[in-house]
Amino acid sequence: MSTFPTALPTPQSEAPRPTRGRGSSMREWRMLDRIVLGAAWAAGLGLCLVTGAIVVYMGVRGFQYLRPDLLVSRPQIAEDGSVSGGIRDPLIGTVVMTAIGLAVALPLGVCSAAWIIEYGRPSWFARLVESAIEIVAGTPDIVIAIVGIAVFQLGVLAPLSSRSPTGVVTGTSFIAAGLTMSLIALPPIYAATRDGLQAVPAHMREAAFALGKTRIATIRRVLIPSVRSNIATGTTLGISRIVGDTAIVVIVLGETLRNEPLNSTPIAGFLRGTGSTLTSYVFDNSPAGEGKAADKAYAAAFVLLLFVLLLNIAVGRISRRQAHSSGVEQGSRL
Amino acid sequence: MNTEESLLDPWPLSAEREDVQRSEVERSDVVPGPVKATQNDVVPPVRTIVLDREPIAVAPPRERESIRQSLAAQGPERLRLDDVSIYYGGKRAVNSVSMSIHQGEVLALIGPSGCGKTSLLRTLNRLTELTPSASRSGAIMLDGQDVHALQDTKLRSRVAMVFQQPNPFPMSIFDNVAFALREQSRKKPRRRELEPLVIDALRRAGLYDEVAGDLDRPALRLSGGQQQRLCIARAIAMRPEVLLMDEPCSALDPISTAVIEELIHELRRDLAVVIVTHNLAQAQRVADKVAFMYLGDLIEYGTAAQVFEQPRAERTRDYVHGAFG
Repeated sequence: MSTFPTALPTPQSEAPRPTRGRGSSMREWRMLDRIVLGAAWAAGLGLCLVTGAIVVYMGVRGFQYLRPDLLVSRPQIAEDGSVSGGIRDPLIGTVVMTAIGLAVALPLGVCSAAWIIEYGRPSWFARLVESAIEIVAGTPDIVIAIVGIAVFQLGVLAPLSSRSPTGVVTGTSFIAAGLTMSLIALPPIYAATRDGLQAVPAHMREAAFALGKTRIATIRRVLIPSVRSNIATGTTLGISRIVGDTAIVVIVLGETLRNEPLNSTPIAGFLRGTGSTLTSYVFDNSPAGEGKAADKAYAAAFVLLLFVLLLNIAVGRISRRQAHSSGVEQGSRL
Repeated sequence: MNTEESLLDPWPLSAEREDVQRSEVERSDVVPGPVKATQNDVVPPVRTIVLDREPIAVAPPRERESIRQSLAAQGPERLRLDDVSIYYGGKRAVNSVSMSIHQGEVLALIGPSGCGKTSLLRTLNRLTELTPSASRSGAIMLDGQDVHALQDTKLRSRVAMVFQQPNPFPMSIFDNVAFALREQSRKKPRRRELEPLVIDALRRAGLYDEVAGDLDRPALRLSGGQQQRLCIARAIAMRPEVLLMDEPCSALDPISTAVIEELIHELRRDLAVVIVTHNLAQAQRVADKVAFMYLGDLIEYGTAAQVFEQPRAERTRDYVHGAFG
């Protein structure tokens, strides 16, 4: 096209430095506004101080008491009734519980959120599902724990745990506790995925439909990948809740000092056996529990804190890397 | 003074008034110097509408006219609309539209906002079904088959659509175009099989030269015009028969717009193109056939030359000359 300019004219000179005009002076503000601003600053600083205090205190205690051999040696009962040895069994217990809980909660949470947003009919059923998950989110974990033990003590679920010599189903095992834990992790994953899907703009879905894709293909290929960072955030929250939960461990896991597999079958025996996690270990060894090894409790608590911090960093890095590779700008929504 | 002058001259002074003004000036104490128009004296533009005036075409490229004439033999009919009406709830948005769309030509749907042209466009690939309250009467035939009888996914792979806002998926450039090619039910085709098809689609969309270096770059990093061309590549990757474009250039700068208009000019050899546009100049540059709609009715339908230069209906004439919009 000969009549059309081939390029827009570019400015030759440097752009002037960005400057700000005169702002408003605080002296002109109302008293209430000044008080609220001060309170907001105080709250932020206070939060930083509290978090710093927790991390620093645990760090000091942890370095004081944590030794590398604690991580690999198994706990044992010493002569005076206190606990000695390491924290290997509780550490394994925490990892196994997290794995089972997440393996159930992640697919359930993501799929329910996708169903609610993309289908959601009949609408009374959608409201029912939404309310059910909110109720589970609000239920105290001790209540979930006693309901869990009641369910897993049913005769039909005996294969998931063990039977006592009198024939009563114990209902305590790793798999029972893991399944109960998944209820704890489900609401954060569901809520984060649902909010992410609601924020996906309509033209993204329309573009996929206009290419002749079915709804399920659109969900699988376009929508779920675009909310990866939301799912990661929800998963982090879910894992933090699982790792920190004590009530379910105490009630549904049996809280034995070591992980006691039921029989010698490689994985099934372990999953049907009882054990402990870091949280129940800390509880037992703390001044409120039976053991008299407060130093072990600090060591275990420090390991727990490290675990959660490392997890947050790892998930943050993964979601930033995926956002980077899909080209989304920092802090922007698609 | 004849009528022509009075219409063009915003502030006509009669002879008496001129005299009065001059005497007032002489009597005043202030010495009138020449009044320089400063930045603050902005004279608001006066829009005069002169009827029966030759419309000024905006840079009509001469080469295109000859190509249009050489395509005088009409391509096969791709889409036919018979008495199509579209309702949203009880309200009628489009009223009994009948027209036919042929391969090898670009049909521009023009009209002011709210006239139903986007609704009509979205009905052609049944995208209005996403709106729960939308209903349609009349028949739309794609190559003789009723559009309602086809599976909607199959229909949309034969009648592709490009939207106003460029909307590439948050994947790489390759995956964006390959997404259209990957079938869901069959075994996942490998990258080796898809690559030539993807490159061919990018070439036909005029984007391949700019992205050939790295097809795995994220698509959202491209500029607006490149993203829109990627969306066009994605749409034509499946070799559709009809390409629907809903104001594809309204969010783009003039250079990207020019590139995409060239692209439309080339694409229409193989496809039928229907483009909805607010921009009359663009319609003049791009279209072979023009359909003018107003408040849901099809007012006029004909070749571009006829609708812009010799419109039959008065409302068309008013719209084309800018009397309303």
